[in-house]
This record gives sequence, C-alpha cells and structure tokens, in this order.
Amino acid sequence: MQQADTRRSAWQAMDSGQLLLICAAGMLVVAAIAQTAAVGMTGMQYAVAFGSLVALGELFRITLPGGRESAPIATAGALAYTLLLRMGSRVTPHTAMQVIATTAVGMVVGALPHLAAGRPTSIDAMARRLLAVAIVALVFRPLASSIEIRRHWWLALAVMTLLVMVAWFTDAVIAALIRAEALRAKFAVALWDELRVQAPLGAAVGASAMLIAFAAEVMGLAALAVFMAPLLVTQVAFRRYAGIRLTYLQTVRALARMTEVGGYVESGHSHRVSRLAVAAGRELGMNESDLLELEYAALMHDIGQLSLPDPIPGGATVLVSPADQAKIAELGAEVITKAGVLDRVAEIVRRQSEPWRGPQPGSPGPPISSRIIRAANGFDDLVGSSTDRERAVAALERLRLDTAAEYDPEVVEALSRVASRRSLPDVESRTFVRL
Amino acid sequence: MARVYVGAVVALGGLVISLGPFSGIAWRALGVLLLLFLISDSAPALISPRQHSWSASSSAILAAVVLLGPVGAAIVGSIAAFTPRRGVRIVQRAFNSGMYAVTAYVAGKVYLAAGGVPGVPKSSSFPAIIAPFVAAAVTHAVVNDILVNGVLRLTVPAGSAGRARFGQRITSLVVPDLGYAMFGLLIAALWRIVGPFSAVLVLIPLFVARWAVAQYVAQQEAHEATMAALCQAVETKDFYTRGHSERVSKASVMIAREIGFHFERLEAVRHAGMLHDIGKLGVPTLVLQKSGALTEEEYATIQLHPMRGLEIVREIGFLDEALAGIMHHHERVDGKGYPLGLAGDEIPEFARVIGVADAFDSMTSTRSYRDAKPVGEAIRELRKWSGAQFDPVMVDAFIAALGREPWQPPEPVAPPAGEPAAATVQDHDDPTAPLQVIRGRR
Repeated sequence: MQQADTRRSAWQAMDSGQLLLICAAGMLVVAAIAQTAAVGMTGMQYAVAFGSLVALGELFRITLPGGRESAPIATAGALAYTLLLRMGSRVTPHTAMQVIATTAVGMVVGALPHLAAGRPTSIDAMARRLLAVAIVALVFRPLASSIEIRRHWWLALAVMTLLVMVAWFTDAVIAALIRAEALRAKFAVALWDELRVQAPLGAAVGASAMLIAFAAEVMGLAALAVFMAPLLVTQVAFRRYAGIRLTYLQTVRALARMTEVGGYVESGHSHRVSRLAVAAGRELGMNESDLLELEYAALMHDIGQLSLPDPIPGGATVLVSPADQAKIAELGAEVITKAGVLDRVAEIVRRQSEPWRGPQPGSPGPPISSRIIRAANGFDDLVGSSTDRERAVAALERLRLDTAAEYDPEVVEALSRVASRRSLPDVESRTFVRL
Repeated sequence: MARVYVGAVVALGGLVISLGPFSGIAWRALGVLLLLFLISDSAPALISPRQHSWSASSSAILAAVVLLGPVGAAIVGSIAAFTPRRGVRIVQRAFNSGMYAVTAYVAGKVYLAAGGVPGVPKSSSFPAIIAPFVAAAVTHAVVNDILVNGVLRLTVPAGSAGRARFGQRITSLVVPDLGYAMFGLLIAALWRIVGPFSAVLVLIPLFVARWAVAQYVAQQEAHEATMAALCQAVETKDFYTRGHSERVSKASVMIAREIGFHFERLEAVRHAGMLHDIGKLGVPTLVLQKSGALTEEEYATIQLHPMRGLEIVREIGFLDEALAGIMHHHERVDGKGYPLGLAGDEIPEFARVIGVADAFDSMTSTRSYRDAKPVGEAIRELRKWSGAQFDPVMVDAFIAALGREPWQPPEPVAPPAGEPAAATVQDHDDPTAPLQVIRGRR
C-alpha cells in the first residue's frame, strides 16, 4: 500500500537532466522529419526495411542488469543504416536527417505495442539511443559521399569503428549522468559502471552494424535477414543472463527473510539493513559489483543465527556480547561458504563483527563492506522500523560515540547523510517507507 | 562398443578427406578458416558443469562449406583434434576431429545438392544462396547432434541424470547453434569486400554471444548453489533432517522427468523440492522437537508451515506452479491433508510430485524414534498409501525411475552425545508414524 502512495507519475519522477535529454532528442526528430519531408526521401524501400528492423528491435528490447533498458537489434539496425555505403551495386546517398527520421519513426512504431500493453517505457533511454545514432549519422553521412571512403575498405572500417565507439561512449556518459543524479552516486563511478555493463553488448552491436553495412554491398537487403539471426541469439542469451541475475537476487532477498519468519530477528530487519548499507556504500563511491556483494552480504548478515539453538531475545545482535557476535558472523560465513560461489560475500559476513580499527593497533581492519554492514546493523537494531526522526538522530549519536573503536566514522557519516534523506522523495526513499 | 563407434566415426572422417577432390580449394582461405575454427573453439562456453562444452566453431565450418566446398569444410572440421583447450583426452580429440569432418562433409554435400555453388559468393548469388545455406546449417546441427548423442548413449549410463539433462540441453542448443551458423554465411559474403578481415569482424559478436551464454550458465549455477546452501542452513539445527531438501529435490526431479516435464518445469520442480520445507522455520523449535502428543494448537502451527514457506519464497520470480507445489505438498489425494484439504486433481501437479518424494525421503532416513527403512520397504509403504495419501501416477513414476536409477539413502546418523534435545522426535513427513494429536482440547 505504501508503495502505491509514494509512486509518482513518470513526468514528476524525471529530473532536469532527463527532461533536457528528451527535449533535445525531440527537437532533433522534429527538425529531421521536417527536412526529410521538404527534401524528399531517397531509397524509400531501404528506409522502410531498416525502419522496420528498428521497430522490431524496439519491440524486443531487453533489460540489462541494473534495470538498464537496451534495444540491441534496434540500435544495430539504425547504425547499419547510418553506415550503409552501397546496397548491392547501387550507391545509397541518404542524408543524416533521413537516418534520424527513419530511426525515430521505427522507434515510435516499435514502442507502441509496449505502450498499448501498459508496460513502463523509459523515454529517456529511447532518447539516448536516438542521440547515439544521430551523432554517428551527422558525422558519417557527409563523409559517405566522398570517394576515398568508397574506394578503401580499411579507411571506411577505421572511420566506422571510431564513430561507433564515440557514439557508445556518449551514450554511456549521458546514461551515467542521469543515473548518478537519480541514485545519488558519484559520476565517475556511475560512468565506469555504465561502460562496464554496456561494453560487451555495445561491442556486439557495433560490430554487427558494421558487418551488415558491408554485407549489404554483397547481399543486398538479404543481409538484414541473415544478420538478424545471430544478434537475436545474442540478445536471447543476454535476456536470460539478466533474468537469472534478477532471480538470483530475488532468491537471496527472499531467503534472507528466513531469519525473520523463524523469529530470530525483527521483521524487515535484513531488508532495511541491506538498503541502508547499499545507500551508504553508494555514498562512499562503491561500484556496482561491490554494491551487489554488499547487498548479498547485508541481506544474509544474520543467517548465522539460524544455527543458534534459541533466538536472541528481540534479535538485536548489537546487544549481545562481542564473542556471540563473532560466533554468529562465523556461522553465517560458514553457511555462505558452502555455496562455493560467494566467497567474498562470506568474507564480508565473517568480519562484520570486528571493530573497524582491527584487534591490535596498526593491524588491518575489516573490509569496507563489513564496516558498512556493522554500522547499518547497529543503526537498525536501535531504530528498527520506526520512522521517527529523533530516534534516528539519537541512534546516529550513539554510533558516533563508538567511532573510536567500533564503527568507522566515515561510514557513520555516510549513514547519517543517507538517513537524513529518509523523508525526502528521492529514488531510495520509497524503499524506506514501510509499515 | 564405444571404441568401435568412435573408431568408425574417425575412419569415416579420414575417408571423406582422403578421397578428395582437392581441386578448387583456396588454400589461403583454408588457412584463415582453420585459424578461425581454433580460436572460436579455444574457450567454449560450458553448458553443464562437468562434461559438455559447446563452441561457436560451427560458423567456421559453415563458412568453409560455402567458400571451399565439402572436402575443404571437412579439413577445417578435422582440425578439432588440435584444439588448444586443455584437459581434452586424446580419444575425445580424435572423436571430435572425425565428427566435425563428417558433419562438415555432409553439410557441404547438402549445400551442393540444394543448389549452392562453392566459392566466394557474388552479389548475384543473393538471395538464392540462403536456402541451400540454411539447409546446410540445419544438416550440420542435426548430424552433430546425432553423432554426439550416439557417443553419449554408449558411454554415459542409461537413465542417469546426466544423459537426460543433456538430451534436453542439446535440443535447446540446436537453435542457438543455427544462429551462430549464420555467421558462416556472413564471413563468406564479406570475403569479396574485406577478404580474410571478415573473419576478424565476425569474431567480435561471436565472442560476445559466447560470453553472454557463459555468464548465464555461471549465474544459474551460482543461483542453485546459493539456494542449496541456504536450505542447508535451515537443516543444521536438526541433524536427522540434514540433506532432506536436496534429496527431496532430487527425487522430485526423478518423478517429474519420468512423467515427461519439459526443461523449464523440471528446473521449477527442482527448486520447489529444495524449498518445500523452508516454512518449518516458522514452527517453534519446541513444537518440532516435542515428544509425545501435540495439542491442537501445536498441530495447527505445523499445518501452517507450507503457508509460511510460501510467504518466504513468494517474491522469487518462479513459475506459479512451484509456489503451488510448496504450498500444497502436504495435501492428500483423499482430501485429508493440509493446509486446504484439497483432494485428487485439485492438488497441483507439483505438490503431488513433491508429496511422494518428501514422504519417501523421510521413510528412508533415520529418525530418533526408528531406524531408516530400506528402499524396498519404503516403496511398499508408498504403494500401500497410493490412492489415499499419494497420487498413484506419481508413485508409479517414482518406482519406475527408481528401477533405473538406484537411490542413495543418507548415511545412518547416530545422535551425537550430549545433544539429545536437538533431534526431531516426531517427523511430520513420515506417513508411517502420523503425528499424535490430542483432539478435542481447547
């Protein structure tokens, strides 16, 4: 119920960066369509063929890890149309504006069924895809009429590679800007995450686009049909990969609740700790793969309690003796180690009970993720599901008193910044409002 | 027998190559394609953890079919013996080499028969070339599948999980394999414009596709391992039920495979079997470990455990069927089960599968009040309750599966000294010793 109350409409949720992006793309489309209408189309049947491919790709778009919408087939189709030099033996002199108009129309047609089915459509992702294509088109189409490019295939290949990489980078920068603002992440970290997630599929899309542009010289429009199949397979593999990743996360999230159903910890504890920890980790500039490990570790940080014969009264580990805390951490790490694939997560859980400065002066303390979980756990044990601001402030004050040995002061400060946002209507806040 | 089969395949491969003719084979192209085959074969995506791997090298063979003709393609295929992959035994190398040579040769012959012309395609060859090429690609996938299945049939014991799972995986691979085969046509088509460089261009999407498949497989395995580890965590407190989840999962899959579940439902029933008792966490330890009769209130908390389990796993993106299986695994065909008292066909299929597997593992495991029953006796009990507690279809399927794949009951456990309280005194899964409930007391 709470979730529905705090959900805002798409337009309200958008920040200025997204609006700017969409306006820019919109203006570009209007200009492209106007100019194309005024000058007239060249190679109508090719425009229709590639436009259909874009529409098809938009229809079968996928969601990559981290909720990133992507339409590899649509992008590859549009880029191929942009890079097209010859179709069979015929020269294709279409302008950049025609490419943009064709792509835009294809995208809208492909998005219509999604809209009709009531699926969420992220307009900013579409705008980004269009802008990436537009950049390549505006540079390459004027070059495409030059003789050199047509004569030397290696020159054409070099120019194409460079442009595709520029477009890909621009796309990542825009995506990172939007994401950093929405999630309050650091831009450099967000950009790195974006580049890493997009790199494999981006390389496949770029190479496929160049392949089809060259192949069209030999095969004509048949190149479209032939090239569709392999990219479709790649896309299916990516979709399954993203799907299993999501299921994995859901499984860990769900099974983390075992401790709650078993009465070992307060209801909602694992989830609150994991959200706090991830938000604090992002505040401290951790990247996405580290954040995922942090989330897993935070969700399972109390799993060791399942091995205890009797639940701790109230489940608050902050109140039990350090020896017992260490025991629970060790038991939890043992459980996680059994999976055989989450050794780093197990290490984070194992060391969550250690004071941040390490046992002896000068010895290395626990990893940052363990320190974050320790602080987030301490905070939640004191505050619980309460949304009382004063209680949160008092809990933070208590954590601060312990920063000499127990809690990392930097982590506590990050936590306090996150906690102070709790009432603000940002992306993370929705997850904090719970009954 | 296996040796004869492998020998025959290798000999056939050698035969088609040695017979030639070698005229019309472009040697430079042959060199490039051999290299391409080895590169794409170097790090194949693992399909299942142990034995089966699959590489995207079919695109090199299919390109050779077009550019070089059947014999040239067979030569490209025969290079499989020199794969840089490690840990491939010499017999496997020989077999792969022969298999790929035969496959490539047959595909090349089909390409010719369907009207394909060997050599670098011209603009005028399109789109007429597509039909023979697809025919060749399909042939390649099918012949490959047949030859591999043949060797598996001879070397992997019949009825084992490995073979059945592989059978399903291989069919799910024919389709992606066809997708990668299409790259072969792209290489051939681009040969005239960018020459051998076309092979380089094609490698990038190929590697990405393979990377994605590998990631998918790795994530799937990690997911299963994590799920199993977390389920074990629930069992650690009670040493009598250790490994119960995993064994129920295994038995459920045996039943489901016997009655012909397809791959996705098989995976779902595997997970459902694993997670079926997770709701036991919501039952107070005192009730689980109580000796003697339960009060009605205590019995009610036990009856609620499937619902608690559902509560935990509901948010996982499972098939609804798996959730229904967890919720209803204690229903009885005669309608006397819990939590809802469904009867006969009202009980979801998954629940009927898990119900049989669950009771069987309970009977064949040691309990504090009795020793483990031998498998034969447990089967007799299943038969006895078939139609009352269990669905006869599932019981028959399980018995048939047990006939082929022997059951490994857990090691008998002795209670560790000084820890008597940690044992389940009654087992809610045991059909031979129903829970004692004191009725009519409020």
